[in-house]
Amino acid sequence: MWDIVYDNSPLPYELTFVLVTLVQIVILVGPLMGAVAYYTLAERKVIGYMQLRIGPNRVGFFGLGQPLADAFKLMFKEIVIPSNSNAFLFVIAPILSLAPALAAWAVVPFAEGWVVSDINAGLLYILAMTSVGVYGVIIAGWASNSKYAFLGAMRSAAQIISYEIAMGFTLVGVLMMSNSLNLSEIVNGQSGGILHWYFLPLFPLFVIYFISGVAETNRAPFDVAEGESEIVAGFHVEYSGMLFSTFFLAEYANMILIGMLATLMFMGGWLSPFQGTPLEAMFAFVPSIFWLFGKLSFFLLLFLWFRATFPRYRYDQIMRLGWKVFIPITLVWIVVVGVAKLMLTA
Amino acid sequence: MSAAVNYVKSLFLWELLKGMRLTGRFFFERKICIQYPEEKTPLSHRFRGQHALRRYANGEERCIACKLCEATCPALAITIELGEREDGTRRTTRYDIDLTKCIFCGYCEESCPVDSIVETPIFEYHGEQRGDLLMNKEKLLAVGDKMEQQLAEDRAKDAAYR
Repeated sequence: MWDIVYDNSPLPYELTFVLVTLVQIVILVGPLMGAVAYYTLAERKVIGYMQLRIGPNRVGFFGLGQPLADAFKLMFKEIVIPSNSNAFLFVIAPILSLAPALAAWAVVPFAEGWVVSDINAGLLYILAMTSVGVYGVIIAGWASNSKYAFLGAMRSAAQIISYEIAMGFTLVGVLMMSNSLNLSEIVNGQSGGILHWYFLPLFPLFVIYFISGVAETNRAPFDVAEGESEIVAGFHVEYSGMLFSTFFLAEYANMILIGMLATLMFMGGWLSPFQGTPLEAMFAFVPSIFWLFGKLSFFLLLFLWFRATFPRYRYDQIMRLGWKVFIPITLVWIVVVGVAKLMLTA
Repeated sequence: MSAAVNYVKSLFLWELLKGMRLTGRFFFERKICIQYPEEKTPLSHRFRGQHALRRYANGEERCIACKLCEATCPALAITIELGEREDGTRRTTRYDIDLTKCIFCGYCEESCPVDSIVETPIFEYHGEQRGDLLMNKEKLLAVGDKMEQQLAEDRAKDAAYR
C-alpha cells in the first residue's frame, strides 16, 4: 500500500521511511484515542443498562458528546503536585504507563499487511511492552509520597507480575500451535473457518489468557490497585487533571489491546468464521476488518460485563488464583498440546 | 461427593457464568430511570417540603402566636416574637424559620392549632445569597398565598385521618 510513496518520494529512503512511519502512527493512534474515549462512554452506558439505569444521556444525542465534555473538563483542571513528592517521577509516571500501552500497537495487524511494524518477534515485543506498563503504576505510587498510593502500587506490582507469568504461558500455547511469533502469521495459521481457530484446541488457555488480561489491566474484579473501599484510589490518589486522565487513557488502551490480542491469537483475527463452508460466498462481501472489529467488540463488552457483575477479589484470592490455579493449568495444557502435536505429526 | 461437584463447578466458573447471565438479562430489561427535570415522581399529599404560613379565606392570617411550633421544633429552627395588633388581636411580629437548621420533621405543622404553619410540596428551592434560606413572616405568607389552593386540597384529603 505504501509502495507508491516509496517509489515516488524525492527524499532519501531512510527519511521517507521515518515520515511514512510517522504518518502510520498518526493513523493508528488517532482512532485509537477516539476508541478509548468512546469506550469510556460505552462502559458507563453498558454498566448503567445492567443496573437498570440509562447512563449519561445529556451531552449530545444519546450522550455521545460526553467523552468530549469529560476531556475538556480534565484539560482545564489544575494539576496538583504534592509538596513532598518527587515532582519529576510524579509527572513522568503517567507517561510511562501510557507510552508502552500505545507502543504495543505497533505490531498489531488489522488485516493482511495492515501493520506499522511487521516484525518477526511480535509476540515477544508485546509481552515486553505490556510488562513495562507496570513501571508507570509503581513509580506513580512511589513518587506520590502517600501511603495509599504506595499500597496500591505494591498490590498492583505483585498482581501484574503474577499474572504476567500465566499470560506468558498461555502465549506459549499459541506459539506451539502456530510455530511463529509474528502476529500476522499466527492469524493466517488459523485460516479455514471457525473450527480452525485456536480457541478450540487451546480453550483453557484462551479463558486463562483473557482472565489474566483483565487482571493485567487492573480491571474489576481484579482492581485492588485502585480499591476505593480500602485505599481510596490506590496509586493515583494524588493525581488530578490531565495526569490523572493519562492513567485512564493507558488503562483503556491496554484493555483494547488485550481484547485485540485475544481476537488475533484465539479467534482468528480478521478471518471470516465461515471459511470453507457454503456460507463463505454469501458473506464474501463483508470486509475482513469488520470481522476483526466484531470480535474485538465482543471482548471489549466482556470487560464491561465483568465489571458490572463481579465483586472485587480479596487480595489473597487473587494471588491464589494466579499462582495455584492458572499457572498449573497452563503448564498442564502446554504439555497436552505438545503431546498432541507430536502424535499428529508422527 | 459434594466437594468434588463444588471443585468442578468452581473450575468451570459456574457461579460466575450464572452471575453474568443475570446481569446480561438486566441489560435488556426496561430501565426505571426518571429523567428528573422533565419527568417527576408523584408526591404524596403529605409531602413535607418548604414551609408556608396560611391565611383564612377572608385574608386574615391564621397564626395567633401561640408558639407551640417554636416549642416543639426539635432543631430550634423557629423564632417567634409576638405583640398586640391595633385591633387588639394577638399576632406575631416576627416569625422566622431557618431552613438550614430545619429537619423537615413536620412537628410544627402537627402542633399548630389553627393550621397556620404548613409544609408545602415545594422541594426544589435554593438560595443564591446568604440569608435566602432564612425565611421570615413575609416570605412564608407569600409562599402560602401562592400555594393556598393546593394546600387546602391536600389538607382536605388528609382530613379523615387527623
